[in-house]
Amino acid sequence: MNFETTIGLEVHVELKTHSKIFSPSPVEFGVKPNANTNVIDWGYPGVLPTTNKGVVADGIIAALALHAQVEQHTHFDRKNYFYPDNPKAYQITQADKPIAHDGWVEVDVDGVKKKIGIEEMHIEEDAGKNTHERDHSYVDLNRQGTPLIEIVSKPDIASPAEAYAYLEALRQRIQFTGISDVKMEEGSMRVDVNISVRPVGQEKFGTKTELKNLNSFTYVKRGLEYEEKRQQQVLMSGGSVRQETRRFDEKTGETILMRVKEGSDDYRYFPEPDLPALNISDDWIKELNDAMPEMPGKRRDRYVNELGLTDYDAMVITQTKEMSDFFDSMVALKADPKMAANYLQGDVNAYLNDQQADLSATKLTPANLAGMINLISDGTISTKMAKKVFKAVTQGEEPKAFVEKHGLVQLSDPAKLQPIIDDVLDQNPQSIEDFNNGKDRAVGYLVGQIMKQTHGQANPKVVNQLLMAALKH
Amino acid sequence: MNYFKQDLASLHADLVAKKYSAKELTQATLDNIQATDPEINAFLHVNADEALAQAEKIDQAGIADDQPLAGIPMALKDNLVTKNIPTTAASKILANFKPVYDATVVEKLAHANMISVGKTNLDEFAMGSSTENSAFKTTKNAWDHTKVPGGSSGGSAAAVAAGMVPASLGSDTGGSIRQPAAFNGVVGMKPTYGRVSRWGLIAFASSLDQIGPMTRSVKDNAMMLSAIAGHDDHDLTSSDKAVPNFAADLNAATSVKGMRIGLPKEFLAEGVSDDVKNAILAAADTYRKLGATVDEVSLPHNQYGVAAYYIIASSEASSNLQRFDGIRYGFRADDVKNLEDVYVKSRSEGFGDEVKRRIMLGTFSLSAGFYDAYFVKAAKVRTVILNDFKAILKDHDFILGPVAPTTAFGIGAKISDPVTMYMNDILTIPVNLAGLPGLSLPAGFSNGLPIGMQLIGRPFDESTLYKAGYAFEQNTAFHQEIPTLGGQN
Amino acid sequence: MANRIDRDQVKHVAELAKLEFTNNQLDALTPQLDEIIGLFESLSEVDTSNVEATSNVTDQINVMREDVADNWGQSEALLKNAPEAQDGYIMVPTIIDESED
Repeated sequence: MNFETTIGLEVHVELKTHSKIFSPSPVEFGVKPNANTNVIDWGYPGVLPTTNKGVVADGIIAALALHAQVEQHTHFDRKNYFYPDNPKAYQITQADKPIAHDGWVEVDVDGVKKKIGIEEMHIEEDAGKNTHERDHSYVDLNRQGTPLIEIVSKPDIASPAEAYAYLEALRQRIQFTGISDVKMEEGSMRVDVNISVRPVGQEKFGTKTELKNLNSFTYVKRGLEYEEKRQQQVLMSGGSVRQETRRFDEKTGETILMRVKEGSDDYRYFPEPDLPALNISDDWIKELNDAMPEMPGKRRDRYVNELGLTDYDAMVITQTKEMSDFFDSMVALKADPKMAANYLQGDVNAYLNDQQADLSATKLTPANLAGMINLISDGTISTKMAKKVFKAVTQGEEPKAFVEKHGLVQLSDPAKLQPIIDDVLDQNPQSIEDFNNGKDRAVGYLVGQIMKQTHGQANPKVVNQLLMAALKH
Repeated sequence: MNYFKQDLASLHADLVAKKYSAKELTQATLDNIQATDPEINAFLHVNADEALAQAEKIDQAGIADDQPLAGIPMALKDNLVTKNIPTTAASKILANFKPVYDATVVEKLAHANMISVGKTNLDEFAMGSSTENSAFKTTKNAWDHTKVPGGSSGGSAAAVAAGMVPASLGSDTGGSIRQPAAFNGVVGMKPTYGRVSRWGLIAFASSLDQIGPMTRSVKDNAMMLSAIAGHDDHDLTSSDKAVPNFAADLNAATSVKGMRIGLPKEFLAEGVSDDVKNAILAAADTYRKLGATVDEVSLPHNQYGVAAYYIIASSEASSNLQRFDGIRYGFRADDVKNLEDVYVKSRSEGFGDEVKRRIMLGTFSLSAGFYDAYFVKAAKVRTVILNDFKAILKDHDFILGPVAPTTAFGIGAKISDPVTMYMNDILTIPVNLAGLPGLSLPAGFSNGLPIGMQLIGRPFDESTLYKAGYAFEQNTAFHQEIPTLGGQN
Repeated sequence: MANRIDRDQVKHVAELAKLEFTNNQLDALTPQLDEIIGLFESLSEVDTSNVEATSNVTDQINVMREDVADNWGQSEALLKNAPEAQDGYIMVPTIIDESED
């Protein structure tokens, strides 16, 4: 039996605003429990929410980044359920008129390009956090009211690999808008997954299961791969898939039953009466659209077609907006694009990994790194010298000043090199004889001697040219 | 000190002239409450110390001529949150609750240097028409102790009617200011939705609730509304329209000449008692004599208001009252083993019967499979009712009618029959559904009990209602009647 | 007239609302709710085809707050009002249902 798979993804993205979505409390982490809470966040009697304009703007930006239609007449709704981290016992979200609908992103899986649809996206408030201990649970409402965008995919995703690619595309595009850090490891991107399989040709979707505890894109893919196979096996052995929630075990790579779902939850949605409706104007959308940064896909095309990078280089450089912006600035400062790309992928990435830091948190600047690359290009320093210069550049030093201060300037002037070469040749008649007898090794020895005389500062390319000319003479 | 017959302006004049100090006036008020309230049960909490301390401060600073409310005592319905002063909404679930912030109206009145002497009784969470649903006490009608004061702002109405305070604030979701005002022979205004900030009003039904003043005269009421109205950054549904000095236009020149008044035939239909009907017809005659035209008009969907209202209000309430869960504040049941116990026991023990009934109705109306048939249908009927009003108010300055079908009913008479109790609000509810201003003022007596009349205006045109109310008051004597009960008599 | 709401439905709604009723209470409540829901059903007499629902009567639209953070410093007072609190956390008895995250 052949099967086809349908995967649905609900992605929550935490927005980087100053204040919460419905209360002015700061959005800030790592503070004491409940320190960033007020009467609104606690759902006190008599309080009312106030809509944060920045969150609505971010919702529009996300819609534009994901090619979605902005719903210009929108409002908020209440989703009712009791839980200790949900202080009002309702979440203010959007149900019947979400801020945007019908978007898409393009993914590329093994060279095959495909558009994956986005059903809708809406803005809503996050809940607080419960910590469970033996006899009690502890509630911290600092996260309560943190703005979220939830992005719901259409049932277009047909494989775990496509799910991975979809998440990566979403992450990149959102990251480029600057509205969120979109980091799964920090919780600023969270993914709820459902999957079903059905025999090829069957019209009705199969029964879907939900997967929990998927804390990285890789786990999403692995969890889906396991679940896809498990469901296929259930069906092949004549069984039927139950509607259930399963937990991904990172150690074994398996999914384990958490609970069987009976019926659907009854959230009793209705329009939030405390908040006036929103009328999003064309002007506002245009203003935000005009200020949108160039998206990663466009940048990749530009890097490949105009700057001659490989597809792979272009992909690596566009992992984050910071990296891509950094690269663009370097190119604007006349750095050789290929060398700039190589440095960013190599030394810079290694440095960031070593420091466990984002580019913006370091002292690296496009001007200094471009300056260093230009010094290599014009022959002022060798790539070997550049290792030292790079270290200095990571400490925020200006490369030219550093090179001059430490006398790292490469000796490229033939007029200065020629006497040194002549001198070395005079002192090594044996090597000349060896060369004439066809022993190429002699050249290496002579270059080494010249480098020694110049304390390593001679430009190897120029030395080679001059030396060969002298030997063949 | 007896200020039963004094209005706010004359109290102000006395304070400015230093006939007595704010502290003396406050003390007299506290004394009146002490003497009268054991009969009436209007107050849930009297904050004598805070009131006297505030009065002393005001005396020290001196009362300027342009501070018309400074130094004058008032009372707050106990669903308005007051920082560090108990606020219960007459519910066991908030029995020992002390808010950590002040409602906007409380701040505004404090800014005007008015002195809050205490918190008044209400139907639990403002759900009721008789104040019998209070978890703590039964308030009596100031005119007849065997009768209800109306509700849900029964405490605020009775406190004013019995001369304990010259003014109070109530809240009105389906008639909760206007009906008790009518039952107690005082003046009550339900302002246009959005005229007054709801920040700090413990929500019953968010799309219907409004705070408004209850006073002994129209002019006093107008002064109070000017003090509490206006846009508030805390309440995005509060209007940014300018707030007039409503009292400024109320004087000898105030006239209804040339005004067109609509009298809906449905307002005098079956169920409205003859004495009430006659009082309203007499009021219509008074207006005609004063130069206004009174036309019979129709609110063809008025009878559906009660059903639409009880769906919408209960739905919103079921959601608004979910926050009372025993976790962050208020009552938590004893002997709870797990989270589910905290929720179910705290709520089941903390809420009274009527509140639970409404939570059940609202939860049902919003639940899967019933939402479209009930909630959405009610919201559409709301539009139809709103359009009925719009059609009349297009060419009428205001609508005249009764407030309630009868005068105050007996304590215990309707409490066991929810539908009969709900139908008592048939004349006030549509005004909330439409978000319009409604003024209730004395228009007669029947068997010693006051009859109220209701003036319904265009959105944000409280001004016309006050003018019409004032003109009526100037030409009638009903508002000068005072109950023979009460500590000051 | 047929029941518009029965005892089991009342129990289900009570579960959603986190309320519990004794059998005696259910006996009294069920017919009351049924009568009130009967009143609700009178709305079907109103023709609402092509009528938009009204969920709010505010004259305001598009009112929003600028994204500026402001800590009101209420944390301590709020924790003091909690029935049970410890080390800055609100405490609740164990959540038995582990189905939520």
